Amino acid sequence: MNKINSIRKDWSLIETLIAEDRKILDIGCGDGGLMEQLENNRNAITHGIELNRDLAANAIARGFNVVHGNAELDLSQYSNNSFDYVILSQTLQAMMKPKDILSELLRIGSKAIVSFPNFGHWKIRLQLLISGRMPVTESLPYTWYDTPNIHFFTIKDFLNLCNEMNIVIEKSIGLTSKGKQFDISESITGVNFFTHEAIFLLSYKNFEPIKIKSSKKVFAKNSVIAN
Amino acid sequence: MKTKFTTDTKLESEIAYFENINLKLESGDIIDSFKLAFKTYGKLNADKTNAILVCHALTGDQYVAGNNPITGREGWWSRMVGPNKPIDTNKFFVICSNVLGGCAGSTGPKELQNGSDVAYGSNFPSVTIKDIVKAQSLLIESLNIEKLFSVIGGSMGAMQALQWAIDFPDKIFNIIHIAGALKHSAQNIAFHEVGRQAIMSDPIWKNGKYFENNEVPERGLSVARMIAHITYLSENAMHRKFGRKLQSRDIISFGFDADFQVESYLRYQGKSFVERFDANSYLYLTRAMDYFDHDETFRKNIEFSHNPNNHLKYLIVSFTSDWLFPTIESKMIVNQLNSLSREVSFLEIDTDKGHDSFLLEEPQLDDVIKGFLTNNFTKINE
Repeated sequence: MNKINSIRKDWSLIETLIAEDRKILDIGCGDGGLMEQLENNRNAITHGIELNRDLAANAIARGFNVVHGNAELDLSQYSNNSFDYVILSQTLQAMMKPKDILSELLRIGSKAIVSFPNFGHWKIRLQLLISGRMPVTESLPYTWYDTPNIHFFTIKDFLNLCNEMNIVIEKSIGLTSKGKQFDISESITGVNFFTHEAIFLLSYKNFEPIKIKSSKKVFAKNSVIAN
Repeated sequence: MKTKFTTDTKLESEIAYFENINLKLESGDIIDSFKLAFKTYGKLNADKTNAILVCHALTGDQYVAGNNPITGREGWWSRMVGPNKPIDTNKFFVICSNVLGGCAGSTGPKELQNGSDVAYGSNFPSVTIKDIVKAQSLLIESLNIEKLFSVIGGSMGAMQALQWAIDFPDKIFNIIHIAGALKHSAQNIAFHEVGRQAIMSDPIWKNGKYFENNEVPERGLSVARMIAHITYLSENAMHRKFGRKLQSRDIISFGFDADFQVESYLRYQGKSFVERFDANSYLYLTRAMDYFDHDETFRKNIEFSHNPNNHLKYLIVSFTSDWLFPTIESKMIVNQLNSLSREVSFLEIDTDKGHDSFLLEEPQLDDVIKGFLTNNFTKINE
């Protein structure tokens, strides 16, 4: 798959994860392609952030609500739970502090959708093993010295981080390098080997109120239900 | 409200008279009657949905496009407003009025006081951006336009656009706010104060009564303009334009003539300004900008004055080399709107032309304004 097709595929999968009439923040929205798709097909209300000046200008000129800025600096301005979904497509690996970003996504949005290229894919492993040099592939096409991708991670790494952060994976879709689609959670063996790109729908573990009864008042307390 | 309209052929403007309207100003003073001089471009459509109000900056006027009869030159934003221009008058009905307190035909210090044959001068009441916008809203009302599609302005015009969003959110669909801020900063007030002191220390100013002897405090006003003009440029722009180049000479004079081109340029700017602008108006309008401050109140105003279904859109634009209204000021507006999940777009345009960039050739500004207006107009009227 070339880069454009891969992004289109990514978008159409993201679309399947999104319900109708929702409010969405697209981080790294480019010229608004995904926003347009979600407005047309999901009747979404969309907002975007884009670091690249020319892309942001294009998106604004196309009539989208786009703020030209750096998500790593600007996300803090958004209020808690102000969006239904926050989307980070193919950018987590380019963030300075991916963990902080992840927790910001789920602070601002009820749900987050994150997609990324899997550094554990067999082609990448093979390249490093055989050539002994940093892998260059279709989804990670840059040489080590000029890549915007500064944090490489695999699906396993991502799953561990989610677990550590009490993040629930509601849905997960994997794509092979041929574009074949499968459910990551149902395929146990070899997932980290064959998944070329992964898309996750995330939320926090359910907080359920625990009611403590006393003679006079009912106290409610938010607490994590342990698995 | 019954508004009388006339055409002033000398000013090539429409004049709207608001008589016995008792306009209450923020200061508490009341102007019983006033007039606004305005120009319109393009045609209002049958549904009256295509009206755009353009707000002028400190020394601007209603002549946004076409000929300006006062200067004999093209309107101040004729590169932006006109047929097939970014603000396309084939499509939109553009209104631009001279602000209350101005000096191009609207009621201001150089106009005669109601029922007398003496000009206001220093007796003119203090006006604020809020008062200016209130007067504009009466004009829009008298033109039978219920809802403006857009309010657009740069610098002091941006202040007016923001004030529209705060005071009349239900009467507009969007604002385009260029090179503005929530407040006039201490540095900006300081520059204005130097300008005002230059005017008031000119012996001809005479407490604002210079018109009694048909005189103009030219020196003071031109110095005020020279100072202000520096703040509208950037160091790079000045260097690019003038460097240390000498004016009409090969060697320095060892005196105080305008040896350098930049000096000659500023002197020219000052001199041509006094021919078209009233010194008292300059005092009043710089003051109106100084008093502009929504730093503490903006968020609350927007949060509580908007009903949740109000889809008022904001386009905020800043310029990298603008040190008078730097990007950080625009971002404060953007941050507050984002924290309330409002429909806001923001772009910082990369240019070395300084604050004046909004009046100059900036293709990205053109593209964004044109696209924002066209696409949002289609969205609303689909």
